[in-house]
Amino acid sequence: MTIFDKNVNRRRLLQGGVAVTAGLAAPNFFIKGAWAEEFRNNPGSAKSVKFGFNVPQTGAYADEGADELRAYQLAVKHINGEGDGGLLKTMTPLSLKGNGILGKKLEYVTGDTQTKSDAARASAKRMIEKDGVIMFSGGSSSGVAVAVQSLAQEMGVIFMCGLTHSNDTTGKDKKRYGFRHFFNAYMSGAALGPVLKENMGTDRRAYHLTADYTWGWTQEESIKNTTEALGWTTVKAVRTPLGAGDFSQYITPVLNSGADVLILNHYGKDMVNSLTQAVQFGLRDKMVNGKKFEIIVPLYSRLMAQGAGENVKGILGTTNWHWSLRDAGSQTFVKSFGQEYGFPPSQAAHTCYVQALLYANACEQAGTFYPPEVIKTLEGFEFDGMGNGKTLYRAEDHQCFKDVLVVRGKENPTNQFDLLEVVKEVPRADVTYDAKIFGGELGPYKVPL
Amino acid sequence: MDAVILQALNGLDKGGAYALIALGLTLIFGTLGVVNFAHGALFMLGAFCAVTMQKLLTLSRQIEDTSVTFFKAYKEVPYLKIWFGDTGLLLIDYSVPLAVLLTIPVMLLIGLIMERGLIQYFYKRSHAEQILVTFGLAIVVQEIIKAVFGANPIPTPAPNVVAGSADIGTWLGLGPTLVYPWWRLIYLAFSAAIIAGVFAFLRFTTFGMVVRAGMQDRETVGLLGIDVQRRFTIVFGLAAVVAGLAGMMYTPILPPDYHMGMEFLVLSFVVVVVGGMGSLEGAVLAGFLLGILQSFASMNEVKSIIPGIDQIIVYLVAVVVLQVRPRGLLGRRGVMEG
Repeated sequence: MTIFDKNVNRRRLLQGGVAVTAGLAAPNFFIKGAWAEEFRNNPGSAKSVKFGFNVPQTGAYADEGADELRAYQLAVKHINGEGDGGLLKTMTPLSLKGNGILGKKLEYVTGDTQTKSDAARASAKRMIEKDGVIMFSGGSSSGVAVAVQSLAQEMGVIFMCGLTHSNDTTGKDKKRYGFRHFFNAYMSGAALGPVLKENMGTDRRAYHLTADYTWGWTQEESIKNTTEALGWTTVKAVRTPLGAGDFSQYITPVLNSGADVLILNHYGKDMVNSLTQAVQFGLRDKMVNGKKFEIIVPLYSRLMAQGAGENVKGILGTTNWHWSLRDAGSQTFVKSFGQEYGFPPSQAAHTCYVQALLYANACEQAGTFYPPEVIKTLEGFEFDGMGNGKTLYRAEDHQCFKDVLVVRGKENPTNQFDLLEVVKEVPRADVTYDAKIFGGELGPYKVPL
Repeated sequence: MDAVILQALNGLDKGGAYALIALGLTLIFGTLGVVNFAHGALFMLGAFCAVTMQKLLTLSRQIEDTSVTFFKAYKEVPYLKIWFGDTGLLLIDYSVPLAVLLTIPVMLLIGLIMERGLIQYFYKRSHAEQILVTFGLAIVVQEIIKAVFGANPIPTPAPNVVAGSADIGTWLGLGPTLVYPWWRLIYLAFSAAIIAGVFAFLRFTTFGMVVRAGMQDRETVGLLGIDVQRRFTIVFGLAAVVAGLAGMMYTPILPPDYHMGMEFLVLSFVVVVVGGMGSLEGAVLAGFLLGILQSFASMNEVKSIIPGIDQIIVYLVAVVVLQVRPRGLLGRRGVMEG
């Protein structure tokens, strides 16, 4: 008995083999095509890939926006293997090779959010639909972050948040396609609490002036919870319109309210104006209830400290990161940024730079730009060497957990950038909370095109 | 009591700025019959005269900052400090008051160019067209300022000697707890002086008399052989100077940015309408009235009764005044009617 038919010769066998191989390969070919179409702005075989940097170039937060853009441009350079490499030298674990992402050169487009949700969404939509960005990032307002994050989810394009501090961004409004490296209001409260107790005691009467939008509300709530847990009384919490300019009519009632602490839940231009005017009204020289009147700015940055000048001296607050940190990652980044632009980066610049690198690294690690795979790589990703110590991108809410800095306006600066001093580096464990407390649903990995 | 006095002062302060802008708007409307939506831009340009003066006085030499070790950083040392030491620093400290020297000629020139170059072609056009063209002009001016100075507010502090607060409680015999920022008191006095100056100029000079007569009956004054148009052009320049000075002096209270004029313009138009179109006294009265009402509406006691009242009070008052007195508080018959 023979296995082969006597009619099967070598030629027929070869022909059959080719036919079988082609038959088996054909579905793969079609699957490959289908895979290519499966996600928005798939770069396919293109030689380059594009990021969208959507930052406020006008409006109340334009200072932060300008610095964010500088940081992004630096990140693009480093990812493409240009410049001194920046945090690619210190980040661990690192998949990026300094040759772009997955061998593709990184390019970018920019947009202006104007610190308005509708303008930010329109700008992001243009980047996605017209410019074909694979990821977009930026913003200096939680209102904007929440708005564009939902767009990211709808369109299936990942959004790496810039500066957004509201609990809602990774709380009730969290999205599968949104990731936040920046800390939040809850963490500010948790970090500030022990320092406030140590510096101001447990018997204080606080008056809040709060920017009237999502960030202001959640910060007010978090700081109130913290101070009331210390034993402080909240005298009054007053909402002020964003960009009010002249805050005199809101500051005047503080003078005779019986409060001995003013908490300014303002950021950017609003914070500069309200703090300057509070000091002009003599609040810092006042004695109330036998105690020196104090002002607290729960969230502030060096850029705001510059705008407010002398008025920030001695004022406590928190910040996500500060250029004076001595860890290798922070020092490397400050050096890279400083050499490029002639001044140290702001916290907004740091968070945006890190976000761009983290996304690029996740693509490289996942071996694809396919968003669900990139998202899964980022979820639960733990890294180090980028400032703030060991950091975790928590899978449940896409919030980064890392050390938080409590800072104070420096009394005697040694140079023009030396405006804040780090009072305490609060460990990550002390600011970590249960993801369930803020509710929200992340949503699906796969979204219809 | 303290709170009431402080809110009254806040209101007078804010009212001073509204009144100065509204005064200029009314002067232009009364003389030339033009509804000038670019008037807020003139207020903003005045503020940027202060910024320019500050920049001129702080022109600096870059010196390497050796205290920064991470990278090559430079600090700027003003030439005035290098050349004149403490006297140079004192000059820089006084940049806002010194800006008067720049603001008056620059704003007068801008006013004259604006009137001759654009506004004069729209005298006989409808108010809607005037609004469109002046609003367009305001946007152009804003964008130019943004391109030159950037979008961010620029801190322009008051001189150190008046940077703190005045002990007005002791002055009024109410105790030392009542304080009010010096610069805001200066702004109030300044507004009052400018308003008094404009009224005195119109009342006690021949030029002013002709302008007032022209506002009443332009044709008759023209028939008397007086070149009313030339005088009205100068009035436009004066209105620009008033708005510019108001903006310049406001910079220590609110660091200027390119958009600040627009924020004041809308409220100032409400002020003009409430005061009565074409009435100078009405504009001043309504300016202070609305400023004070806005301040009192921000008091917690008031807001606890009507939440959010501070945001709408100005418009609410406008609605009520126009219901009761359709021509505004001191409006004349025949202005913008028919």
